[in-house]
Amino acid sequence: MHSNGLFLKDVAGFLGLYYTGLAIMNAIAAIVFWQKTKQPGWAAVWSVFSVVMLVLASLALAGTAELVPSLPMSARKLVNTLSGPVLYTLGTTALLTVLFIFRKFFVQPMVAWTILNGMLLVMGLSMADENFSSIVMKADNVPIVGLVFLLAFFTWLATSQAVVNDERIKQGLPPMEKLADEKVLVWPDLVYTELICMVAVSAFLLLWAIFLQAPLEEPASSVKTPNPSKAPWYFLGLQEMLVYFDPWYAGVVLPSLVVFGLMALPYLDFNKKGNGYYSIEERKFSYLVYQFGFFELWITLIILGTFLRGPNWNFFGPFEYWSPYKVEVLNNFDLPQMFWVTLLDRPLPVASAGSSGLVQAGTILLREAPGLVLMGIYLVVLPPLLAVTIFRKFYAQMGFIRYMVMSNLMLLMLTLPLKMILRWTVNLKYIVSIPEISLNF
Amino acid sequence: MAIGEIIRTSQIWKSIFRHPMPLDRRNRIVVMLTNFFLHLHPVSIKKQGIALSFTWCMGGVTFFLFLVETVTGVLLMFYYRPTLEWAYNDILALRDVTSLGILRELHRWGAHAMVITTWLHMYRVFLTGSYKPPREFNWVIGVILLLLTLLLSFTGYLLPWDQLAIWAITVGSNMARATPILGYEGPGQQLLTIGGIDMITDGSDARFGLLGARFVGEETLNRFYVLHCIAIPLAAALLLAIHFWRVRKDGGISGPL
Ligand code: HEM
Repeated sequence: MHSNGLFLKDVAGFLGLYYTGLAIMNAIAAIVFWQKTKQPGWAAVWSVFSVVMLVLASLALAGTAELVPSLPMSARKLVNTLSGPVLYTLGTTALLTVLFIFRKFFVQPMVAWTILNGMLLVMGLSMADENFSSIVMKADNVPIVGLVFLLAFFTWLATSQAVVNDERIKQGLPPMEKLADEKVLVWPDLVYTELICMVAVSAFLLLWAIFLQAPLEEPASSVKTPNPSKAPWYFLGLQEMLVYFDPWYAGVVLPSLVVFGLMALPYLDFNKKGNGYYSIEERKFSYLVYQFGFFELWITLIILGTFLRGPNWNFFGPFEYWSPYKVEVLNNFDLPQMFWVTLLDRPLPVASAGSSGLVQAGTILLREAPGLVLMGIYLVVLPPLLAVTIFRKFYAQMGFIRYMVMSNLMLLMLTLPLKMILRWTVNLKYIVSIPEISLNF
Repeated sequence: MAIGEIIRTSQIWKSIFRHPMPLDRRNRIVVMLTNFFLHLHPVSIKKQGIALSFTWCMGGVTFFLFLVETVTGVLLMFYYRPTLEWAYNDILALRDVTSLGILRELHRWGAHAMVITTWLHMYRVFLTGSYKPPREFNWVIGVILLLLTLLLSFTGYLLPWDQLAIWAITVGSNMARATPILGYEGPGQQLLTIGGIDMITDGSDARFGLLGARFVGEETLNRFYVLHCIAIPLAAALLLAIHFWRVRKDGGISGPL
């Protein structure tokens, strides 16, 4: 960590504005709760919170570095030591699961508002950390911060409607959307909405452009490789997958499968319900699969790849300095190694020098047999097995081809989390490794 | 006569709009039917289909951002030259010297925003189950649009020709090197050997096709510039037209039966 004082002077102005914004936001909320929804108790709570934010704002603007509100050093240290890819992945999974299971609780406006304020407060306090803010405020990373808040907001908006609809459907009522069934003229109703949206988006974009300069680094040089070298942020989920897979799979096959799978989705989801309104209960399976893919395998990986992967693609805690000298010990083994050497206590099968091509190929197959058998079971035996067990109903309704496409897409999608778990638990590097034809899996 | 009325009764105005102001029901219908830009919309629509809480206006915002990118992009093209000699300096000048250099900021942040709104739009379409029959194919077109949006963003990323640009593109395009069979480090590329001559080398593989060279260089800059300014926007514009057409033909914005 270095020169904190200077840095804090720099962000103090921004943080002062930030907390003032929070104060105004909550003052408005308090007025709404008091006047509109008649909840004086909650109005009082948010007024107090608003005042606290004003105090934080004045502390930030006081002109003394020590006064800028921040997380205590001990807390930051703790977060840094605790965080790692395993905890990050398990933590986000647990968080999303809890949010999903208790969605009826979390969509209540007051709960959602509390969470939003909590997120914004932690964000503000963290911003007073030099390491944290140097990454988060990097111009090209700002959109991801926006993305996180937008996703939280829209997920809340959608889920609260879905919860209401699910309840109504249980009672035999039509979904809420059905109630707004009457027709209105597009001019003025829609045309004006569009116009207002356009003005709002333009204003937002202008402000963004005025206050945040587009990045421009040194002129391109093909000899000076930056460390870390990162793809644009929307591809960082794919780059993160490179930790677990070779480029041919993480960078070519998996993305193609994502595109193919998305295109195939409408033809695989044979559930006629839930068309044209928000609902979860009526289409739980497709909902969970999509959310798992979108949040766990795309968004959280992008956040991980952008904010928590530093030089040499090492993992860094959110408040940790990105030192290029950090060393991570990599002790990963291939499955053949584990099987032949560790388990059977024999050397890896090798063809004697000068043996025929057939013998060599046979030896490779023998060496890789454990992995090939496992992959075979996973991709060939599992789909029919599932078809006669837990996916019996699906198989009956979908027919052979559609079922096979769906089950294979799902199994391939699950290769990523499975490989992650195998890496963390038994240090597995490759299940199949045939360097002879550059094929590692 | 008030000035407004003089204008509205003039021959020029009437030749353009051909009907009185859309203030009553009849003319509000007529305006939708006679205006080229508005005829994309139906005349009347279910209230639920225009509720902000339903569509989030996200497809509309994405399209608007596409238009913003088109306009700012064309203006930037007047200024920027895609050559090793000028690319970086032109961008530098946009920042430091040129008035209206803010166009670059608008273009860059608009691009980031468009990636995000496309994801959000797709998220909304999924959550409302709007990809279900009869809208399956419009979802497929949407997926291609998503891909084109990402490619637009990716090809544009190279144009400033700074360290950020070439290394991001290097990292991204290195993947193509590992394409099975067609990349020279990909699995199975050894299979494409004819008469003992390796067909797939670093000078003939998928990555070379993408970059036009063995590494990100001048050929790549030219290639990405053309893709970014002409090929991909044209493809996207065509697909957008089909996308909107299909929204209408598939029965308008989805809703419960
Ligand atoms: C460049 C990107 C895109 C633009 C500009 C765009 C634009 C639009 C617009 C304006 C609508 C009208 C309703 C609304 O605003 O929600 C719409 C509907 C629709 N879009 Fe997109 N879209 C894009 C990408 C996508 C993607 C990525 C998908 C899905 C993978 C998709 C699938 C659909 C579907 C299925 C509808 C019909 C929804 C309904 O009837 O409720 N679009 N799109």
